[in-house]
Amino acid sequence: MNRFLKSDFFYDFLRAPIAVASFVVVSTLILLALLANFIAPTNPFDPASLNLMNGFTAPMEPNAFTGEIFLMGTDDQGRDLFSAILFGLRVSLFVGLMAVLLATVIGVFLGLIAGYIGGWLDSLIMRLADIQMTFPSILIAMLIYGVARGVLPPELRDEMAITVLILSIGLSEWVSIARTVRGSTLVEKEKEYVAAARLIGLNHSRIMIRHILPNVLSPVLVIATITLALAIIAEATLSFLGVGAPPTKPSLGTLIRVGQDFLFSGEWWILLFPALTLLALALSVNLFGDWLRDTLNPRLK
Amino acid sequence: MIKKLLTMASAVVMITTPTFSETIRWARAGDSITLDPHAQNEGPTHALAHQMYDPLLQRDMAGAIIPALATSWKALDNNPNVWRFKLRQGVKFHDGADFTSEDVVFSLNRAMADGSEMKELLSSIKDIRAVDTHTVDLETHGANPLLVNNLTNMFIMDKGWSEANNVLTPHDVAKGETNFATMNTNGTGAFILVSRSVDEKTVLKSNPNYWGNNLYPTEVSKIIYTPIQSAATRVAALLSGQVDIIQDVPVQDLDRVRETNGLKVATAAQNRVIFFGLDTAEGPTSNLKVRQAMNIAINREAIKKVVMRGQSDPTGVIMPPFVNGWTEKLNAYPKYDLEEAKKLMSEAGYEDGFSITLNCPNDRYINDEAICQSAVGMMGQIGIDVTLDAKPKAQHFPIAKGGEADFYMLGWGVPTFDSHYIFNYLVHTQTDKRGSWNPTGFSNSAVDAMIVSLESETDLGARDGTIAKIWGTVQDAQMYLPIHNQVLNWGMSKNIKFDVQPEDKPHFQFLSFE
Repeated sequence: MNRFLKSDFFYDFLRAPIAVASFVVVSTLILLALLANFIAPTNPFDPASLNLMNGFTAPMEPNAFTGEIFLMGTDDQGRDLFSAILFGLRVSLFVGLMAVLLATVIGVFLGLIAGYIGGWLDSLIMRLADIQMTFPSILIAMLIYGVARGVLPPELRDEMAITVLILSIGLSEWVSIARTVRGSTLVEKEKEYVAAARLIGLNHSRIMIRHILPNVLSPVLVIATITLALAIIAEATLSFLGVGAPPTKPSLGTLIRVGQDFLFSGEWWILLFPALTLLALALSVNLFGDWLRDTLNPRLK
Repeated sequence: MIKKLLTMASAVVMITTPTFSETIRWARAGDSITLDPHAQNEGPTHALAHQMYDPLLQRDMAGAIIPALATSWKALDNNPNVWRFKLRQGVKFHDGADFTSEDVVFSLNRAMADGSEMKELLSSIKDIRAVDTHTVDLETHGANPLLVNNLTNMFIMDKGWSEANNVLTPHDVAKGETNFATMNTNGTGAFILVSRSVDEKTVLKSNPNYWGNNLYPTEVSKIIYTPIQSAATRVAALLSGQVDIIQDVPVQDLDRVRETNGLKVATAAQNRVIFFGLDTAEGPTSNLKVRQAMNIAINREAIKKVVMRGQSDPTGVIMPPFVNGWTEKLNAYPKYDLEEAKKLMSEAGYEDGFSITLNCPNDRYINDEAICQSAVGMMGQIGIDVTLDAKPKAQHFPIAKGGEADFYMLGWGVPTFDSHYIFNYLVHTQTDKRGSWNPTGFSNSAVDAMIVSLESETDLGARDGTIAKIWGTVQDAQMYLPIHNQVLNWGMSKNIKFDVQPEDKPHFQFLSFE
């Protein structure tokens, strides 16, 4: 810890107000999502706890029928928006993080193999990546989502919705990570320490994992952070299009989709609060990722 | 100079002022399912078909029956089992073929064939005969005084065209079949199909040889029909002038449309009831107490106030007030009573509840998905864990009709304005002739016999008695949980003169501009 506090990295961090601010926002949002059970006044995922008569209550105004007051108002089903946003934030973050983790594992694995082994395997993996790059990742995610929905029996769809989202986003975002890892691996494998490791007879998998991997990880960290922002947006997009988190267990994207229908009728809060939360989250993650890239890439200094 | 400019300006005005030739851009939430006029008995499908095809007789914009391809009809004096239809002379199909009695015989037989959803409407018919080129006799099993009411959506196709294109029978939508008539038409109607792209855009142009051109001078020269599922996008299209008329202004946007310059909202009670259907053959819903519990766990007033913003008429029977057989007493809905519902659940042995999937359309009825969502919450309050499966109607209907669903939403309009239509589709045991929309498993041979007897009962007093009796059984069995009757809100440009049709079927040949 002490070493970290005295490092150049931490020194740079403290002198970059944008980095500090975005880090604070992201950690606050993560904390809110983690503690949602304790902070949220209601459980928005329990349809039985909703009172339809509370629907369309404006923020901080008593409901005309029930007299109840809600910090950020309620949606069309009488769901407390503040609670829904906290729980929705949790869904969005969880899907985003897991999808990035999946994309990173696949990307690093394929990138390392492609870069280190080379030859036809390299061509195969990279052409596959090229092909996938020609499609927008949201289209691939929708394709995977559609296939999964078709295969799953209806009673499992809601339970599996989150898993399917993670899979579809994770499988659509691995390409950039694989490309970066492959590039760095190509550079690293020509270095003397790798030659030395080969000379003392270490096997290929050990060289890849213990020697090359740690040296290609810092760009992966940067890309993973930026991919996290992309994954959160992808989840919101899918849910906005109605193919993501179900309306009974809304994520931020689902809440925005619902709110969109009430834009003209004056119930602005149903759209605005979830949208602001999504904006704050995606923007901060992106800004932090940008700063990380600038700091960890010595050539940009 | 100024005078010259003014003359020029007025000349320009004269050129650009529409004189009986205008394009109508028309939108609603969902598209027609097929252009085959006998394959689907569904509102939006018939609404589009009415522009291109004609029935023998039809309902005008106020709901009254007026002649279309038949000019007169009456039961024969010597044989009340035979209705004689005199057909209109000189009518031509869009491809130029002459309209004759053999087209009527062909079309009505086609509408009774396998795969047709119209066959329940013709279930009383024994034989259809061409008397001469412009006279057709419809013979029924017994005297059916209300037969003509069943023909308002019974479209007439050209026999020659159907033979040439191998569309002698309708295609079965639920089985995923299609035929040439799915995307092509040859009717006698006021408009001719120009192009169609499913769920995107359908273009029609006016028919210069339309038989009704002298009766109803058609002011619309072109119709561009675009389904827009998203409520916000649909109302935005109207507000921004991208469309001229939408049939389903979202209830939350009524004031907004009313207050917008150049737009108006026309409102009327709709001949359509919305309800949930339950599987009475298997599972927890086969228990009457569970169905009773679910019925009183639905807070109809809250749905009206919050989801529908007052734009609905809660009901306790699956019958709109337009229909013969409707009474205040049947229409009265049960009191919302959670305690009683919980008690019934525990009496049924389900004090811990159960899980069930609710199949729901999301582009068919007004706020269909939102109603289903609120039902999920209401059922949750009596321990029923409901998974909502909301889908576009093209996917929802085969599920709802096929009997796969345990709990589903459906809406029912009654074009005949008579209870028999509801019974024949929704109450009669599901057979290949009747009960095609009764997947609930409800089957009662005494009721079936009563339903069939309605078709040949000439004593209208006795007939109404039978109707009341059947309703009694339906209300006791509670395989359907009624929610409300819909209220129609058409949003349109102020310069359009158009009555709201209670069946939600605009006939654009009746539209005029101000």
